[in-house]
Amino acid sequence: MSAPEAPLLDVRGLTKTFVGRNGRTVHAVSDVSFSVRRGTTVGLVGESGSGKTTAGRSVLRLIEPSGGKAVFDGVDLFSLSEREMKAYRKRLQIIFQDPFSSLNPRMRIDAILSEALDAADFARGAARRERIAELLAIVGLSPDHARRFPHEFSGGQRQRIGIARALAVEPEFIVADEPVSALDVSVQAQVLNLLGDLQKRFSLSILFIAHDLSVVEYLCDDVVVMYLGRVMESGPSRKVYANPRHPYTRALLATAPVPDPTRRKARVPLMGDIPSPINPPSGCVFRTRCPMAIEACAQAIPPVEDLGGNHHVACIRHAELA
Amino acid sequence: MTLDADTILSVRDLRTWFKGRHSIAKAVDGVTFDLKRGKTLAVVGESGSGKSVTSLSIMGLLARPGAIESGQILFRDRQERVHDLARFSQKQFRALRGREIAMIFQEPMTSLNPLYTVGDQIGEMIALHEPISPSEARKRALEMLRHVEIPDAAGRLDDYPHQMSGGMRQRVMIAMALACSPSLLIADEPTTALDVTIQAQILDLLRRLQDQFGMSILFITHNLGVVAEIAHDVVVMYAGRVVEQAPVMELFARQTHPYTRGLLACTPDAERDLGSEGERQALYSIPGSVPPITDLPPGCAFEPRCGYAVPACRNALPPLVKAGENSISRCIRSHEI
Repeated sequence: MSAPEAPLLDVRGLTKTFVGRNGRTVHAVSDVSFSVRRGTTVGLVGESGSGKTTAGRSVLRLIEPSGGKAVFDGVDLFSLSEREMKAYRKRLQIIFQDPFSSLNPRMRIDAILSEALDAADFARGAARRERIAELLAIVGLSPDHARRFPHEFSGGQRQRIGIARALAVEPEFIVADEPVSALDVSVQAQVLNLLGDLQKRFSLSILFIAHDLSVVEYLCDDVVVMYLGRVMESGPSRKVYANPRHPYTRALLATAPVPDPTRRKARVPLMGDIPSPINPPSGCVFRTRCPMAIEACAQAIPPVEDLGGNHHVACIRHAELA
Repeated sequence: MTLDADTILSVRDLRTWFKGRHSIAKAVDGVTFDLKRGKTLAVVGESGSGKSVTSLSIMGLLARPGAIESGQILFRDRQERVHDLARFSQKQFRALRGREIAMIFQEPMTSLNPLYTVGDQIGEMIALHEPISPSEARKRALEMLRHVEIPDAAGRLDDYPHQMSGGMRQRVMIAMALACSPSLLIADEPTTALDVTIQAQILDLLRRLQDQFGMSILFITHNLGVVAEIAHDVVVMYAGRVVEQAPVMELFARQTHPYTRGLLACTPDAERDLGSEGERQALYSIPGSVPPITDLPPGCAFEPRCGYAVPACRNALPPLVKAGENSISRCIRSHEI
């Protein structure tokens, strides 16, 4: 048996704290680990305040991480100097959530794409126009869209432009930060299909940040569930969805509304609110809302347990949910 | 103006237009539906469908140049008097809003005044409609915070909106809305800005309060999952018109308009969209996007995106016809869907 192929990206112990003006520390991301295998999509799921966006941006160093490692193709991105990192940037790109605010309203589409190509010194001179036309075709737009401004496009078309910009320099890895959350449902499906097709066509590896569980189940090979800056559970999507072993994952799956009134659930919703990341609970951060919490949950941060088959969970009572 | 005894709100052929110098945006163009007493009617649609303009028309909160062009909005008050809100003056609306009809919005932060405590704001709302003393108002505000299940209600009465989470602020909004026990609550995307676990709490709360207070709810949303959770009846809107209406069970069991069917089909569903080995099937998607409401085709507005379209769809606007046991559809091929 050959050794399993090393993942394209391996994040270990990622931590990000922000210090406020009043000296208080916000623990946005604490000790987060996950990996992205080549050519796969990993979903990073959580509610607001879970740290999913901070984690995704820290990997790209759009936010400077406070600790941990992110080994990309054998190199720890966090150990690189600004200059060394720049060389890596064309291999790692990002698609933003809001296609309305992430495109400069004063720039025509060709200038927006050109800027992305310039940043990585890609397709200079005569090749430039060809590359722009090619990119527009890749995302399902027509070449004459190049001379238009962002406001002339619908939300779905703008997100296609955002995707074209990310793909401009032929990256291997893309962070997609809630790329369909701002779109109407009928347009979401178009963009999800496009992302799925592009991933296959260019063998992309994608970190897909989302709060919509059905989208993640559909699109992602693996899923990482975050709550208040920490990973609660992670593993292959099919396993986690079929057999969630963390009470939080269970609650998330149980509360997501399903478009089927015959499945209207007599559910017990989670009580209370997400605590403040300035002062997270001791021990397990989820215990203040957990229906299964016991005294021991407040004592120590639950260790990450390996359930086999790459399924991991951080709950001392996970065996009771098997 | 006649209204069935069990109907609290009847919108009839409502047209709300925004007239510009060069064009007319027909945001709502011939919308008709009834809301039954004590029930929840969901109005579903994507952006530009006219669902929010419909609710603003009912509340008398249209901003210029938006104005009701024609149609009726019949509303039955607690004294069983029927009013046509489409003809109401702002003065008449002020007497009605809050007391008979209340509204909650998507973003509770922008709907609450940041300079006043939540207790003051709920109390002010009550004092506006009833002659009560400040201490009485405070007592009633506290009672309302308990009704919406805010933990440690007495301790939160003097909180400012920024000291509360999004879910708590939406509870305060609901407390304000229900403070004078209105008979109709209009909820415009009240859970859209909330996380799923908080959304579930708010939906549960609305259901419990409906049982308790018996108010009717007009629930505006784009989310079919939320519709399935909360609605008794559903109206689906597209480009300013109703395209389908049905009781919730019937709508999800069998759609009689291609747009509704498309909307449901393009929401990812692992059972349907993943193969036995987890391999992805392409999601169904509706091609193109919603047409601009300033320039709608003369026939069916959905025709350019519709897989069932035939030449006849382009000639004239299809009428709403009976399409199922209790459903109506604005599609000439509804029986083939």
